[in-house]
Amino acid sequence: MDQISIETEKDRFENVKDPALKEETYVHTVYNEIASHFSQTRYKPWPIVEKFLNSRKNYSIGLDVGCGNGKYLGVNKNLMILGSDRSDGLIRCAYKNGHRGLLVADGLQLPHHNDRFDFAVSIAVIHHFSTEERRIQAIKHILSKLRPQGEALIYCWALEQENSRRGWKEGMDQDQLVPWVMKSQNEQQTKLRYYHLYKKGELIDNSVSAGGEIVEDGYEKDNWWVIVRKV
Amino acid sequence: MKFLTTNFVRCAIKSCDGAVNSFPLKYSEIELVQEEQDFQPEFILGILPRLDWPAILKVAADLGNTSLPSQLPEIDINDPSNEILLKDLHTLLIETQLVQGKMICENCNHVYHIKDSIPNFLLPPHLAN
Ligand SMILES: [Zn+2]
Repeated sequence: MDQISIETEKDRFENVKDPALKEETYVHTVYNEIASHFSQTRYKPWPIVEKFLNSRKNYSIGLDVGCGNGKYLGVNKNLMILGSDRSDGLIRCAYKNGHRGLLVADGLQLPHHNDRFDFAVSIAVIHHFSTEERRIQAIKHILSKLRPQGEALIYCWALEQENSRRGWKEGMDQDQLVPWVMKSQNEQQTKLRYYHLYKKGELIDNSVSAGGEIVEDGYEKDNWWVIVRKV
Repeated sequence: MKFLTTNFVRCAIKSCDGAVNSFPLKYSEIELVQEEQDFQPEFILGILPRLDWPAILKVAADLGNTSLPSQLPEIDINDPSNEILLKDLHTLLIETQLVQGKMICENCNHVYHIKDSIPNFLLPPHLAN
């Protein structure tokens, strides 16, 4: 897909007024279409996430919100983690990977008790919500499920990634439709997914607006991450 | 969906937030499968204090199992006579899979479905928010 067709699609995207409908078209539908192909490319855990999970107390209970194919659900066998995702296609990939504590759910309507869980992770998920209000709401909703002092690790794609092949950098449009190319033997298909690229400090600001307290934060491989504590 | 999961999910509808009978959901027309899984007695013992035992009893009863102790007994992992109880809990919580069926909120009567082992909590637009 060339740049012009991406821009045409971006115009179409911007004309959709309802943010939930935007996400339905440019996130959920796409993930369901690309699920198995996407899943094959997602198997290596990121070090910060691994470290977070391995530093939880044994037999803690937690949530992986937007767990995708479940690559973080088995990192630490001494934790009880429920994995949820908005995409049925991705949850089915997690099931095929052997996970059984799975559910299809919306990140803004999680079917869990408030104040119950010790921790949560949400890796490469919050950047798919198409307004700042909804991104803050999503973090707030995750925190609502944690007990006081519970911690959530949140990861979002960064705007500052000059060395990546995408080449985005400070000053560029933070709202992007990003192509996902599916190649089979004689066919090539491109799907566009919506991302809000976080700029420096923004994930911290959103987390504070959501009522959390920052424990730690950083930048790893084109992503901003933050550990937020529920107060 | 392993049985253990039922102890951590309730109705997703906002107006059911905090309603006593939105948890546990009522499990109806459920098809079960037993699936062999690694036995980790320390894990079972470790998470037991975090379970809502009355909810375990209620869901087990929905599925036709009324043989569980009404109070969660004290378990000492070094006492070999507890091995049987831990194995039973393993069979129930970890190995019992809910493959098909309905989950009903007894507060608002909304019906959620389990299909091919995956419970789905997405809400129709008029019930979202
Ligand atoms: Zn309800």
